[in-house]
Amino acid sequence: MTTASPHELAEHAHPRNLAHHFDTPAQQFAAGKLGIWLFLTTEVLLFSGLFCAYAVYRVNHPAIFEYAHLYLSKPLGATNTLVLIFSSFTMATAVWAAQTGRQKALVGLLAVTLLCGFVFMGIKFVEYKAKWEEGLLTGKWYRPEAPPEEAAIPKQDATQKAGAVPQQSTTVDARLLTGPMVLERSRTPAGAVGPTGISPQWLERGKPSETKWIAPEPYNVQTFFGIYFAMTGLHGVHVVAGMLVIGWVLLRARRGDFGPDYFSPVDFTGLYWHLVDLVWIFLFPLLYLIT
Amino acid sequence: MASIPVEHFPHGAFPARGDDYLSCRRGLLSWAFTLDHKRIGVMYLFAVLAAFLLGGIFAMLIRAQLLKPDGLLFHGATTGAYRPYNQVFTVHGAVMIFLVLIPGIPAAFGNFVLPLMLGAKDVAFPRLNLWSYYLFVLGMLLALGSVVFGGVDTGWTFYTPYSTETSGPVILLVSGAFVLGFSSIFTGINFIVTMHTLRPRGMTWFRMPLFLWALYATAIIQIIATPVLGITLLLLIFERIFHLGIVDSRYGGDPILFQHFFWFYSHPAVYIMILPAMGVMSEVVSTFARREIFGYRFIAMSSVAIATIGFLIWGHHMFPNGQSPLLNAIFSALTMLVSIPSAIKVWNWLATLFKGSLDFKTPMCYALAFMSLFAIGGLTGLYLATLVVDVHVHDTYFLVAHFHYVMNGGVMIMFICAVHYWWPKMTGRLYNETWGRIGCLLWWIAFNLTFFPQFLMGTQGMPRRYATYLPEYQSYHVWSSVGAFMQMGAAVLVAGYLIYSLYRGPRAPANPWGGSTLEWTCASPPPPDNFKTPPAVGRPYDHRGLEWDEKTGGYVRTNPNTGQ
Repeated sequence: MTTASPHELAEHAHPRNLAHHFDTPAQQFAAGKLGIWLFLTTEVLLFSGLFCAYAVYRVNHPAIFEYAHLYLSKPLGATNTLVLIFSSFTMATAVWAAQTGRQKALVGLLAVTLLCGFVFMGIKFVEYKAKWEEGLLTGKWYRPEAPPEEAAIPKQDATQKAGAVPQQSTTVDARLLTGPMVLERSRTPAGAVGPTGISPQWLERGKPSETKWIAPEPYNVQTFFGIYFAMTGLHGVHVVAGMLVIGWVLLRARRGDFGPDYFSPVDFTGLYWHLVDLVWIFLFPLLYLIT
Repeated sequence: MASIPVEHFPHGAFPARGDDYLSCRRGLLSWAFTLDHKRIGVMYLFAVLAAFLLGGIFAMLIRAQLLKPDGLLFHGATTGAYRPYNQVFTVHGAVMIFLVLIPGIPAAFGNFVLPLMLGAKDVAFPRLNLWSYYLFVLGMLLALGSVVFGGVDTGWTFYTPYSTETSGPVILLVSGAFVLGFSSIFTGINFIVTMHTLRPRGMTWFRMPLFLWALYATAIIQIIATPVLGITLLLLIFERIFHLGIVDSRYGGDPILFQHFFWFYSHPAVYIMILPAMGVMSEVVSTFARREIFGYRFIAMSSVAIATIGFLIWGHHMFPNGQSPLLNAIFSALTMLVSIPSAIKVWNWLATLFKGSLDFKTPMCYALAFMSLFAIGGLTGLYLATLVVDVHVHDTYFLVAHFHYVMNGGVMIMFICAVHYWWPKMTGRLYNETWGRIGCLLWWIAFNLTFFPQFLMGTQGMPRRYATYLPEYQSYHVWSSVGAFMQMGAAVLVAGYLIYSLYRGPRAPANPWGGSTLEWTCASPPPPDNFKTPPAVGRPYDHRGLEWDEKTGGYVRTNPNTGQ
């Protein structure tokens, strides 16, 4: 080789963060960007299996969802939604700070995003702990101590509501009272032979008590908690993974690794974090806000 | 760039020791931490071949058991006495599917060949590539752990509710498959990004060799389908531990939902297996017919069509399992639709052979074996797609025979073909052609002897997965077992002369076959960086100007391939 080819010259002037098999930083950035988007596609499809299971059970057994979602705490869920949306905002701003070389802002915004992750997981822990204590678990461990608060209303109110115009009543408890008492309003066609007995749980709890009328519990409520724990659990694992990556990016940002020339780790972590956020934005209404 | 790329070495000379990717660095650590796609490809090949041997041994156990109606190996008065048989066919299925067929061609040969064919220095994410290899090894260890810790008897499909109730290390095997899925996803991402961003100047989409188109279509399936398998297997694991009640009927779950989830991945997965095999076919047919591939665009686009339609036909695994008749009819029609792009490929290969100057080297023999076996496998697939026929032969040996004609006769024959085709490039050595052809013929005969009787006994009602059978099926089973043992013999023969060639085989020239794609323009074995100068990219299958050169014992290009 007497004369150096343009390729070799390019190799000599190789920038610090450029891997040997790329020609230009732009090519490397394009590769990384496509790679992370493909990875996010796989993440969407991973969750899609659970969303699909959710849809199947919600359509086939709506009563389970209408009853069991009352156990979930709407204020805590809503707070977590706000926390994650805010963290997405700080993450997006962190990417902007990296692109424009604002070092201090970058470190600060990443730290706030990480903090939001901790708040989210903390609230999630409080919720899980409550479920554990109330016996709201999956499968054979589903032994609720009490029906959901909203399903139990004072008896007098109940009779009053029942006497009111039934078509206009929209709240869950009122509808349960005015309609014929069914164990589960399934849209699956009825089998040839009906159930041979009544759930002992129902007999116990459906008894009119002195002070309260309690909505009947449908069969297989534990399925809701199976879906709830699978979806929020898998999402929680993704939040923790995101926090680990943000922590790593934060350390690198403190070292001053990122600037207008090189910010792809911040950018790609941000994309991942937005996806985790987006999944929660679907989970919250699907699990907490059922009417 | 009108240079002739074989110029790197003076005529008659081979790369000096230390110049190629195999000898440039030494020691175990230089392999364990390598980022070179060629070394990772070789390591995949080792792992896949080891798994192939293991799966083969378990296949021999199955066939040995079925030599006698009451069972030769496992028999007794209780049903529990036959449980080891269930464990044996589960290991055979799971190992062959997840450790051999899925990673076989894409992970081993895709990794080795893709950047070479593209004219790139490496895949887009070399570190992710190594990660993906170690995830593969981890998944392999978990799966093999399940064999050591008692064995799983669910079959490789893990149908609930049996898989949630049976004892044994189901979770270990399922988490192995889950980890292997990640490995597969990372490989797919790497390939797509490489083909999008690392094509050198002149390498347009329609100048890419057809093997790359096949890998592209495969990678799409890997990325879209594998995560769904991931969540299915996770659900199964959690169902066993926490009783979620999603797929376990005992807790209010729906086992049919599990089957839908499972086949949403596992049907496209057969295209993860067969598409790369078809890609190898396109390369080999064109090279040994010494002419441009016929219908390049049709073959390329039929790969994409197979990948697309392949997502819409999973329900054909569940025709008698309680789907609505309307759904069955739709799945049946869509299944027949997928035979069209497959047939397009076969006709294009045939048209390439027509009036070509055929060279019956070992890879070409395997390619012709593939054509005959894949034709039988593909056409019997149409029988199974037909609702009434499927109800009759569902879960019989007819299905087993169909599946093995496509997967063993199709994919594995092309895997062995790829081993022979790229062996000189990978190892720098030539194997003995005579033994190669004998091995191929032996394998072809043994294969048909194994699986053709299974079509016959399937139509007569022999169910799959049974450890015992009625005496009237015995002659079929004996023929089948004899064929299986012969296949093992053929495999040992092939392994023998290939290992011999590593030590005593003559040095391979850069282009021993007259291949026209870019991997034949760099030395055998290639240097660590593949191309010292960016290669000249012309039309992929331009055989004009490739001429035999006595001095190197290979082919050289006498005119530049400028793509005109």
